[in-house]
Amino acid sequence: MARPLTAVDAPETAVAEAASPAAMPAPPAAPRVRAGLMARFGDRAYRGFTATFALGILLLLGSMFLMLWRESGPALDAFGWGFLTSAGWNPVTEEFGALVAVSGTLVSTVIALLVAVPISLGIALFLAEISPRRLRTPLGVAIELLAAIPSIVYGMWGLFVLAPLMSDHVQPALQTVFGFLPLFSGPPMGIGMLTAGLVLALMIVPFIASVTRDVFLMVPTTLKESAYGLGCTTWEVVRDVMIPYGRKGIFGAVFLGLGRALGETMAVTFVIGNAHRLSSSLFAPGNSIASTLANEFTEADGDVYLAALIELGLILFAITFVIIGLAQLWMRRMAGPGKA
Amino acid sequence: MTMRDTPDTRHRRAVNRAVLVVSSLAALFGLVMLIWILSDVAIKGMAAINWDFFTQLPAPPGEAGGGLANAILGTVLLTLLAALIAVPFGVMAGTYLSEFGKDTRLGATTRYVADILVSAPSIVVGVFVYLVLVRPFGNFSGLSGSVALAIIMIPVVTRTTEEMLRLVPKEVREAALALGAPYWRMMFGVIYRAAAAGMMTGIMLAVARVSGETAPLLFTALNSPYWMESLNEPVANLTVTLFNYAMSPYDDWQAMAWGAAFVITAAILALTVISRLLLMKRKPS
Repeated sequence: MARPLTAVDAPETAVAEAASPAAMPAPPAAPRVRAGLMARFGDRAYRGFTATFALGILLLLGSMFLMLWRESGPALDAFGWGFLTSAGWNPVTEEFGALVAVSGTLVSTVIALLVAVPISLGIALFLAEISPRRLRTPLGVAIELLAAIPSIVYGMWGLFVLAPLMSDHVQPALQTVFGFLPLFSGPPMGIGMLTAGLVLALMIVPFIASVTRDVFLMVPTTLKESAYGLGCTTWEVVRDVMIPYGRKGIFGAVFLGLGRALGETMAVTFVIGNAHRLSSSLFAPGNSIASTLANEFTEADGDVYLAALIELGLILFAITFVIIGLAQLWMRRMAGPGKA
Repeated sequence: MTMRDTPDTRHRRAVNRAVLVVSSLAALFGLVMLIWILSDVAIKGMAAINWDFFTQLPAPPGEAGGGLANAILGTVLLTLLAALIAVPFGVMAGTYLSEFGKDTRLGATTRYVADILVSAPSIVVGVFVYLVLVRPFGNFSGLSGSVALAIIMIPVVTRTTEEMLRLVPKEVREAALALGAPYWRMMFGVIYRAAAAGMMTGIMLAVARVSGETAPLLFTALNSPYWMESLNEPVANLTVTLFNYAMSPYDDWQAMAWGAAFVITAAILALTVISRLLLMKRKPS
């Protein structure tokens, strides 16, 4: 039976066999027994010691939730569920609501996903199936380097390079074509919801692409070859074999990207504009949960103000926890029971 | 007999070609963005970098010269301290997952939670550490910054340790056990050594990741224009300095911010590339 070796059974069976009369008629010498006991004690201690740290990770998560919950108490008491639906944010009158920050987080994330998912799938497909073999490694490395660039560099680049480009060219162009839509109204300032979404997209593309590529590479070659053998084109193999086979993994990759985008702070804070108001225009400055925290947390005077910010953090943590939790669940199903 | 393309075949070929073109364009887009961002960072960053950048304290806005020596030192120290906390923690937790927790409930739960924490928003970690280590003591501190970075590192180190330990062949374990070694001696004498290179790679990647983190430091280590004197005070660091300088209205501070961005990016990419190379070298064996 291919049961993995574990600490407890290995030495114990050794001791048991050594002590069993059938295997060894004479009782083992005293020093051997003591060595066996010592080893057993050492192994128990070792196992317990490592388990403490594993448990520590769970405790860490638990205490994060607990601490955020407890410390947002004043805001929970003051606003209750109304916190989620109120658009107010006034430190002077101590009226706070999460609506602006939550909707800003959602809108910038939706823009990011709309842009990033098709591009990432295209890149993953290219890396897994289309690219000439020679290009695969260098391109794969390039994508992984993009993923390694810290988010603050994306944010800064967005502010100094992308935002001027947006205000001078992209936003006026969008306005001439779609100007009648409220989504594209207002002065083209460069910074705002749309730019934040684009910078976020740029940041999560390499991430989604590399995970999806790995999912595509998990598709068994025999499956693909049978489809090619039937005369399928590359696209048909992708559409009818690879995507259905890797569906859970692809969902997982997209949700992981979604989780990253929701919680991303620095890439967004530079370019979102940091204005606490709702607007129907994507050109208007706004705020996300993370950017609100980054800008206001150290300046928050007053218990309710700080508690309201902590409650925003709690909301963000809860949302991302669910999203990433789902993503991980799908990735595990994809990897199969043996490889989780 | 010749094969004739039916209209259907021609249609299928056209669709296929279109998809191939679009997908290649997407890959090209990725490459172009990488080159674009890196070249901007390199060109604007190099312009700000000189000897003073690495040796001098920051100058007030408007004054020429100055450097970010304190911030560079601060980032290095904060990251090293974070690694000192996170590596033993992560290695032990990873050992449990790989050696004892393959089928236990604790193992499965920890593995799942660690995977979630890897992607958890780092700013929330900053808020948590602020509540636990900053507010009760009444001051921002380098130590709390390191703890925040460590919390981000721990799940990464845990999962890579687990994977690397699993890669050690069963025969190596059996050989050690057959010599009569207790399990813990086998681990320390044989298995950790066998997995050391892989674990180092994982640790380097984790270090690379947290050294670019800003959000968890905003409310913990904060920032400072001075050399650090203890870990119980705000500590200058590159990322928060970059944030403050880039958002400032002063041209020379913004130029410094590009310099900081270049130094961080170059260091992280170098760490990433080196660790990948180490990993690739090991794979065939």
